[in-house]
Order: sequence, then C-alpha cells, then structure tokens
Amino acid sequence: MPVAYIPRTRDLYSDFTPYRWVENPDAPAFTPLPKPLVQCRVALISSGGIMYRDQPRFHREDPSYRRIPKTATRDDLSIWHFGYPTRDAERDPNCVFPLERLRELEARGVIGELADPAFSFMGGIYSARKVRDELAPQIVSDLKRAHADALFLVPA
Amino acid sequence: MTSALDITQAIRPPRAVFVNFPLGHQTGPPDQPELQRKIVTDAMRAFETIKSPATIVELPYVWDENDRSWEERDYTKGWMRERPSREAADALEAERQARFRRA
Repeated sequence: MPVAYIPRTRDLYSDFTPYRWVENPDAPAFTPLPKPLVQCRVALISSGGIMYRDQPRFHREDPSYRRIPKTATRDDLSIWHFGYPTRDAERDPNCVFPLERLRELEARGVIGELADPAFSFMGGIYSARKVRDELAPQIVSDLKRAHADALFLVPA
Repeated sequence: MTSALDITQAIRPPRAVFVNFPLGHQTGPPDQPELQRKIVTDAMRAFETIKSPATIVELPYVWDENDRSWEERDYTKGWMRERPSREAADALEAERQARFRRA
C-alpha cells in the first residue's frame, strides 16, 4: 500500500499549524513530447540536495539550486538535506540523482541526449510560493538556454 | 517522478511515475544499478506512453518482498537517526571544502 504522507506530515509536525498542501483541481497544461524520445534532450533535476565538489552547502528554506556537470562522478557529489535519511544517497547518489544511469541511457540511444548541466535543489522549502515564483522560473530559464526537450524531476 | 502518491494526486503535475519505495530511494536502492536502470528506463518511456494530463503510472517494483515494515515507519516520529550536531556538521563541511580545494 503506498504510504499516505499527508496524514503522516500532520502527525510529524503536530506542534505546528497544519501545512497547506498545494491542490490543483484543474487538469494541468500538458505538452506531448515534441519528437521521439530517442531524439530528445532530457534534463535531470533532483530535490534531494546534491552539491558538486565545493559548491555551497544547502540550508533550510534554501531557494537556490546547483548546476552539476553531466560527467560528475560519485566522488564529486555530496548531499545536504534535513528531510530524508541521506545515508544511502550519500553512498550512491543514483538513489535520488540517477546521473550515471542517464549517461548509460544516452550511450545506448534510449534518450537522444542528457542535458548539461543537471540540477539539484534542496526540497525542504516550506513556502510553495517561493518555489513557484523564485526557484522554478530560474530553472526554466536555464532549461531553455540548454534547449532541453523534457525535464526528469526526481524527488527524495 | 513522485515519492508521495497522495501529495502528487493533489498537485496533479502533467505526468508522473511512482515507485513504492521508502523516501530517499525513488530511483532505486544504493548499489543496485540493474534495478535503478529499470526504473529510470521505465520513467523515460513514460514520456512517450502517458497520453492524458495528470496520469500517474505506478511501476511494479517492490522494495523488499519479505519485509514491508518500512511502510509503517516512513515519515513517522523517530524514523530518522539523529542529525549530527552543528559542530560535527560544520567540521564535515570544512573537510569537504578543503578536499576539493586541494584537488
């Protein structure tokens, strides 16, 4: 049975005002892939708090993101996040940031190309407005500059 | 992808793929490249196969056939080990910075 995280969040943070989850009753805008997947440039982004080399560490409520070269190896990557147990992702970032796996799919021609750079932010941001109005538009600009056809979002 | 089905059902993104794994492992367990590869490949294919908005595809992979106890524990009080102290975290951070400056 998939876990119901909304009631669990309410219990875990029972000392606080109940969190107001984003609800979108209307059907979302939906754009089909512009061309076959094998011709698409796919960008990766993870909310798992991944940093490259000596990039600044994340902090709570951090609306910033990191650009991570698509060739980054495990040794180049570190994790900072307060909201999930990070031990497994620290050992193998592919748990939440499958860069190596996407490089393989690119090499095998399953996807046209993996976009460069990949991105990560730290998803423990209380304000949905900050994410929608500050973080997301900046990432969209980056993606347009990179001519990405599709964005693969991986949560923690 | 989504790691929290109920949250995603409320948000209704254009398309989503869900794997019923503990938080922090949405694209697979550590050091299991075969399973990670299957999950990521399925997610890529979903870009082409999802045709209607707000579709959520659930993949069939099971975290542990013999032990579902993580489902009771995930995101409940005490589910995470204690975080390092501020001093310990800052020391780790200083070490990380030094390591890459040396390189």
